[in-house]
Amino acid sequence: MSEAEPSVVVLGAGHAGGSAAAFLRQYGFAGPIVLVGEEGVAPYQRPPLSKAWLKGEAGEDELMLKDESWYAENGCRLLLGVTGDSIDRAGKTVRLSNGETVPYDFLILATGARARKLPIPGADLNGVLELRTTVDAEALKAALGPGKRLAVIGGGYVGLEAAASARKLGSEVVILEREARCLARVACEPLSTFFQDYHRKHGVEFELAAGVEAFEGEGGHITGVRLTGGRVIPCDAALVGVGAMPNDEIAREAGLPCENGIVVDLEARTADPAIFAIGDVTWRPLPLYDRPFRLESVPNALEQAKQAASAIAGRPQPNPEVPWFWSDQYDLKLQIAGLPFDADSIVVRGDPDGAKFAIFHLKGDLVQAVEAVNAPPEFMMGKQLIAARRPIARDRLADPTVSMKEVAA
Amino acid sequence: MAKITYIEHDGTEHVVDVKPGMSVMEGAIKNNIPGIDADCGGACACATCHVYVDEAWRGKTGTPSAMEESMLDFAENVEPNSRLSCQIKVSDELDGLTVRMPESQH
Repeated sequence: MSEAEPSVVVLGAGHAGGSAAAFLRQYGFAGPIVLVGEEGVAPYQRPPLSKAWLKGEAGEDELMLKDESWYAENGCRLLLGVTGDSIDRAGKTVRLSNGETVPYDFLILATGARARKLPIPGADLNGVLELRTTVDAEALKAALGPGKRLAVIGGGYVGLEAAASARKLGSEVVILEREARCLARVACEPLSTFFQDYHRKHGVEFELAAGVEAFEGEGGHITGVRLTGGRVIPCDAALVGVGAMPNDEIAREAGLPCENGIVVDLEARTADPAIFAIGDVTWRPLPLYDRPFRLESVPNALEQAKQAASAIAGRPQPNPEVPWFWSDQYDLKLQIAGLPFDADSIVVRGDPDGAKFAIFHLKGDLVQAVEAVNAPPEFMMGKQLIAARRPIARDRLADPTVSMKEVAA
Repeated sequence: MAKITYIEHDGTEHVVDVKPGMSVMEGAIKNNIPGIDADCGGACACATCHVYVDEAWRGKTGTPSAMEESMLDFAENVEPNSRLSCQIKVSDELDGLTVRMPESQH
């Protein structure tokens, strides 16, 4: 018999973990794979939960990364409803919540992030919701429809997408935001203003600079959200979308270096050469921006899944990618490339009133990031300009009659 | 079921049955066929599911929307028969379809 193939254990069966298993097989890795997932379902796509799926435009099947039969057919043992309890790095084993101790040659941590909770009274009332999983999404969907009122706490992307979908389903929606504008932490002021105006046009109310003091309820169910100052915003359900925290505890307890997430290198490797970490849980290098960061996105999950699978399967590493994100709200397609680190100015190209424009974040004459609304050329070319670190002429960039190909030429 | 042939850039062929209603992209992802990345899961937001549609099938696969054309216009190695496979819906009509993958999706 030939030497035994190495074995891989993947902790976390989200988009990152599921994709890592799939890429390992694509890359010819033949050893056993154990894929351990906390949720009761095989790996699926989360982005549609606040968009197409919530609006009823995509079914359960379309969410799944693979049919459930794929895992067994491809030598991948899928353990659902199970979490990792601890890692024995010296013995190379993982103890699982089902009592099993599983040996590994390579371990991939893909434990993701969890929704941040609001530590305020009433947070355990029925109808106080979050949105990470299909179970969360089912509960949210059940709370939407004509005659129902949803309070969204946090005007970030998840909150805005859920608000747009809720309006489509006939709900009344009010967004409660602690800062003076929505998307305050992730977007520039002109983009925030545009999205607020667009949501208002679609009937969404905003309470800005609004501190949330408590959830009020009756008979165990939420009836409203009390703001600082005492005013109560009535609602039938509240969606809390105030950010996420990395599930990095198991790595910390195993002595692996962590910052805001598990520290990894450009091969998605942790400080232990036998342990990788991928997806939302990682604190990863960003070569284009010369700093580490935690990215919460599907493209990041896929990129790092490829890095880890390539390292394990002995393949050359994929080329580094420009981080990117997207969001669908109403008839708007927002595409973002890059991160606006160190930007010293912005250039708006196109017409926000016509809902077709892009905002470029520049550092000198280099594009650091672009936020494009219904503007694919600006997104696609912007992404290429960010990767190439090629200086552009600001006046040409600002002039929509000069095509993006000419701007980049 | 529609039989679809996916040909990787290096010539490796994958012939799979795809359920009508799914996209050509989903058929590749569900069957773990290398060469189609589909970062955005079919939202027409990323152009990482680029394929070349075999000449004989260009009529039956329809014409790209303005959004798709606009994305393709900035993808790499685009040809007249380039499509984003997330925008091609599989039907019985497409039984026998062949698509080829570009060298890279990024």
